[in-house]
Amino acid sequence: MLTIKNLHANIGDNKILQGLDLTLEAGKVHVIMGPNGAGKSTLSKAIVGHYDVEVTEGSIDYKGKDIVKLPAEERALEGIFMSFQNPTEIPGVNNAYFLRTALNAKLKHEGKEELNAAEFLRVMREKLSSLEMKTDMLSRSLNEGFSGGEKKRNEILQMLILKPDVIILDEIDSGLDIDALKAVAEGINSMQDGKRTFLVITHYRRLLDYLTPDYIHVLKNGKILKTAGVELVDKLEEEGYDWIKAE
Amino acid sequence: MENNTLDKAVSADYQLGFEVDIETDTIEAGLDEETIRFISAKKEEPLWMLEIRLKAFKKWQKMSEPHWAHLNYEPIDYQSISYFSAPKNAPDSLDEVDPKILEAYKKLGIPLDEQKQLQGIAVDAVFDSVSVKTTYSEELQKHGVIFCSISEAIQDHPELVKKYMFSVVPMTDNYFAALNSAVFTDGTFVYIPKGVRCPMELSTYFRINALNTGQFERTLIIADEGSYVSYNEGCSAPTRDEHQLHAAVVELITMKDAEIKYSTIQNWYPGDEDGKGGIYNFVTKRGLCKGDNSKISWTQVETGSAITWKYPSCVLKGDNSVGEFYSVAVTTLAQQADTGTKMIHLGKNTSSTIVSKGISAMKGQNIYRGLVKVAKSATNARNHSECDSLLIGDQCGAHTFPYLESKDNQGQIEHEASTSKISDEQLFYLRQRGISEEDAVSMIVHGFCKEVFSQLPMEYAVEAKALLNLTLEGSVG
Ligand SMILES: Nc1ncnc2c1ncn2[C@@H]1O[C@H](COP(=O)(O)OP(=O)(O)OP(=O)(O)O)[C@@H](O)[C@H]1O
Ligand SMILES: [Mg+2]
Repeated sequence: MLTIKNLHANIGDNKILQGLDLTLEAGKVHVIMGPNGAGKSTLSKAIVGHYDVEVTEGSIDYKGKDIVKLPAEERALEGIFMSFQNPTEIPGVNNAYFLRTALNAKLKHEGKEELNAAEFLRVMREKLSSLEMKTDMLSRSLNEGFSGGEKKRNEILQMLILKPDVIILDEIDSGLDIDALKAVAEGINSMQDGKRTFLVITHYRRLLDYLTPDYIHVLKNGKILKTAGVELVDKLEEEGYDWIKAE
Repeated sequence: MENNTLDKAVSADYQLGFEVDIETDTIEAGLDEETIRFISAKKEEPLWMLEIRLKAFKKWQKMSEPHWAHLNYEPIDYQSISYFSAPKNAPDSLDEVDPKILEAYKKLGIPLDEQKQLQGIAVDAVFDSVSVKTTYSEELQKHGVIFCSISEAIQDHPELVKKYMFSVVPMTDNYFAALNSAVFTDGTFVYIPKGVRCPMELSTYFRINALNTGQFERTLIIADEGSYVSYNEGCSAPTRDEHQLHAAVVELITMKDAEIKYSTIQNWYPGDEDGKGGIYNFVTKRGLCKGDNSKISWTQVETGSAITWKYPSCVLKGDNSVGEFYSVAVTTLAQQADTGTKMIHLGKNTSSTIVSKGISAMKGQNIYRGLVKVAKSATNARNHSECDSLLIGDQCGAHTFPYLESKDNQGQIEHEASTSKISDEQLFYLRQRGISEEDAVSMIVHGFCKEVFSQLPMEYAVEAKALLNLTLEGSVG
């Protein structure tokens, strides 16, 4: 579904990713773990075309073409979604209005009919209650004054509405209480349809217990150094990352 | 975000810069007593009006142009301006209005012919120095509402004009007001009788067309006891390399329990990115809350003009009276705006609200200048001010000058100010959700202006939003 080959990426003068290879398979849940500062967020940013990250070498093939040069909004419209580790606040921009604009941009891109306000609200109500979010979250400004957990739920809400094909979740579990964690995990699971790909970045197994990960990848020294099944999580929790060396 | 992207987003071409070719009656440039006699004679004015004009002119000659504003512009040569230009054969009925003028207004989205008039909005169309048409006048008359050009009011309602003109903005209030008092050519007059809620929106559309002419209009709105009116003003001018002067005076008066809501969408030609051409907009607007429990609310969306010098103000004389000022001022290209308000609290329990949103892009300079004055008599006065600036790119600037004069410390006065930039992070967030960069900028800017737009009557809010999009179009791409 998405194939990364020999990816080299810098932030400023720092070489963060150095020849990273990774293939995301359709219908699978990929997990990336690794030490702080290893470049996990940098990898997700490289995939979505973030302005901080400069790709100097390598390719990211998606839907039959290299997307490295594609503007961020086009990657998004083509179905790549990333939940932000720290979602930004935008004062005065109504959350519902933002969601509807984003959804309609996507529908338009797909040549589908845009949703009218009533249809949109119906869809929203349903998703909100599944995430146990209060309806007033819709009328508030985008992320403004949201608590950490509310911001994360709002990211998942956007995922549910936009129905992307590649879903990158960067530490979606950080700062969530137990109930929120469950609600978020359920949201993620509800999106599994055997076609969508998930790239879940996390430090802890507690989220993974609610999901069905297919692969655990370890990112270290600018590369994916190890790929294994879910059993790797236990070992990492016990022993950390020191023992992982280039194979 | 890269700078050239930004610049593109904020440099959309001015859309209303067309010019119509019509025969005009334009006097030669220059200003002396004869000019004033000429204007007065053209308008067949009564002698008392001419005398007032001449008196204002004498006073103006002794005054000097103010330069305290944070503005940089070439000196204005008052002798190189023509002070009167009117389409030939001033029409008595619409059939006689030059079709080219009708066409011009149609292009501006303001059809004047009977069948196509805007629903629920009465319009006074002022073209250069004259009012060419006032719609719905007769219908409004049924409610006792007077809605006509100021020239007609001088003829038909001299008692009202004599009583109220200059009562809020004295002839010598300031240099530009004095000039206007001497040479004003047309404008709008509104009177709402006691207890009447004006059944439709009233509006004036000012169009400058002729070359090298100044536009000096004068507007007077009186809301008698317990009445209400919502009035809107719009304007535009052709794209030209020369600067043109617009120096207007607006006076509002509310009696006991009356309310005036005054909205402006100012879209004069802004000049180009090097500061060539564009309107110099020096305007005096002031409202007097004369009666108890009365209210005056100013809402302005300022996107045009090369230079804007404008401080719509409220004198809160009646007890419990309320003054409001909501403003969005956009400066892009090489535009400069020095704008804000004065709230003068005289009566007891008077309250005022100031919400100012300044947006600067490219080489635009945006100044907020505001005064809140609380007299000793104004016990328990309240003011809340909020001045926010949004910068797009790094060549533009914003400054805030809030002044406070209070003789009374029982009052409650709050001032908040902020300056922000559209951050790359915000733009990226929206783009990651599939929203184009241009739409993302517009979304953030609209979010910033929301409090002000929500004050506009619906039809105008739509227009203001579209205008803002156009003004900022191309800041990304
Ligand atoms: N904007 C930036 N400017 C400078 N350095 C940066 C910037 N963003 C990230 N870095 C650096 O790049 C490296 C990789 O950061 P990244 O955020 O990708 O790590 P991570 O694996 O996601 O870490 P964590 O687990 O802590 O989230 C770090 O050393 C970080 O300090
Ligand atoms: Mg990270």
